[in-house]
Amino acid sequence: MQARTAVTIKRPVEEVYAFWRDFTNLPSFMYHLKSVEPSGDGRSHWTANAPAGATVDWDAEITEDRPNALIAWASLEGSKVENSGSVSFTPAPGGDGTEVRVELRYDPPGGALGKVVAKLFGEEPQQQISDDLRRLKQVLETGEVVLSEGSPEGTRTARLLKQRPAEPVS
Amino acid sequence: MRANCWMGKTDLEVREVPDPTILNARDAIVRVTSTAVCGSDLHLFHGFIPTMRKGDILGHEFMGEVVEVGPGVSNLQVGDRVVVPFPIACGNCYACDRELYSLCENSNPNAAIAEKLLGHSPAGLFGYSHMLGGYPGGQAEYARVPFADVGPIKIEDDLTDEQVLFLSDIFPTGYMGAELCDIQPGDVVAVWGAGPVGLLAMASARLLGAERVIAIDRFDYRLQRAAEHAGAEPINYEETDVADALQWITAGRGPDACIDAVGLEAHQSNRALQAYDRTKQVARLETDRPHALREAIISCRNGGTVSVIGAYGGLVDKFPIGSLMNRSLTVRTGQCHVQRYLRPLLDRIRNGEIDPSFVISHTMPLDQAPQAFEMFRDKADNCTKVVLKP
Repeated sequence: MQARTAVTIKRPVEEVYAFWRDFTNLPSFMYHLKSVEPSGDGRSHWTANAPAGATVDWDAEITEDRPNALIAWASLEGSKVENSGSVSFTPAPGGDGTEVRVELRYDPPGGALGKVVAKLFGEEPQQQISDDLRRLKQVLETGEVVLSEGSPEGTRTARLLKQRPAEPVS
Repeated sequence: MRANCWMGKTDLEVREVPDPTILNARDAIVRVTSTAVCGSDLHLFHGFIPTMRKGDILGHEFMGEVVEVGPGVSNLQVGDRVVVPFPIACGNCYACDRELYSLCENSNPNAAIAEKLLGHSPAGLFGYSHMLGGYPGGQAEYARVPFADVGPIKIEDDLTDEQVLFLSDIFPTGYMGAELCDIQPGDVVAVWGAGPVGLLAMASARLLGAERVIAIDRFDYRLQRAAEHAGAEPINYEETDVADALQWITAGRGPDACIDAVGLEAHQSNRALQAYDRTKQVARLETDRPHALREAIISCRNGGTVSVIGAYGGLVDKFPIGSLMNRSLTVRTGQCHVQRYLRPLLDRIRNGEIDPSFVISHTMPLDQAPQAFEMFRDKADNCTKVVLKP
């Protein structure tokens, strides 16, 4: 499986790169992640929320890091969830803001775990990354994820089809 | 609190719902003192706008008193009297930076739904479907106002609610409709629809220097208001052939600018064409009935401007692209970028250049919102605009 999507954020390249490069920030806009713990040697431990309150985790390493331009990562060999991805940061036309382009690849394992992983990355991985980037844009431009009563967790693929009524959250 | 809720097609109910709470740091909670029913609310009422859910609170024209502010709001204080613009806008993104507030890139958490239907998503709106955010509206005792540090305008003098309430939508919307026409001295401006937005577009066209304003509608009481308050020349399209009348009035040129203040539920006097569009709409082969838009395009003078402020939701049929292209017409349109107009239009109200309250025909308690919708829909009792008091 692979998916890609892009967004333009009205913040300087240095700021967007730095925010992403601190992997502990990722769960603030990538809702399927529970935590990312960098271990300081370019490696990190990723924990994702799986259905029914379970979690699934793997280790990854940075395979390429070009400050203010690109970060690429890949799961370590033997991970339960083999995946890799990259994000590039390009000055937007006119020098106002940053074009962020994300590409993700993952190989769903077989069996029960495969089903979990498929859920993890969403039925529509493209939509999920797109939601992630929409929340990233909200966080960097407005300060936080924007919530409505119909979507009280903010943008979320699963919630798009199962909206609360637009009345206050009690 | 009490709120006017959409329970299904043509089914409204004023119900007890939870009070709103602060969800984002830049929110404020407003105790609504006046709110109004908009013509575009009727599109929701009739089920023409997709992604409504049972229980949705309606209303995008409201004002009131600030009763709570989030930690990110420093420009407003509890007790401030504010009018709230209907588009929700963050003030930080590219669109807001260009004052295209109704295209805010951050205020619609459900943008993915809008993207599937529209290509890209516009801003979130109060009380206007889940595709446009899933935000509760202002036909309620209280409303949460996101990005309260950007949208609401403080009203600090003794102007009445009725004088300033329509800054929330219909006055800026009508004004923008006229402004998009780039009116020059001597211009003749024709406006389809003498509802509240059309009436304010006519009055705004006058403010912006139009020499003649023509009102096209089928209700004489509305055409009378257009004549009285905007000096408009009336055409009742059920009695008069519009194209012929416009040719006569403009000596064959056509109006320099045509404003569509009708939108997706247009009526027309030609019964066969009305039946054609109505059938296609019911069968979901087209979502919108674009009769006013077609006529505005066909009627406009060569090289003129067609300004579309009536609301459309999806797709139309028999769109006269040949007329548009071969005659060098300019089409300008958009949901109003209300925040851009608040200050200048408040100044015009305060200076006495215009008093938008002339559109009000009825004032009713919030509890009678369902009756207000029916009366407005049926044009009963010469209804033009209903203000609701929670």
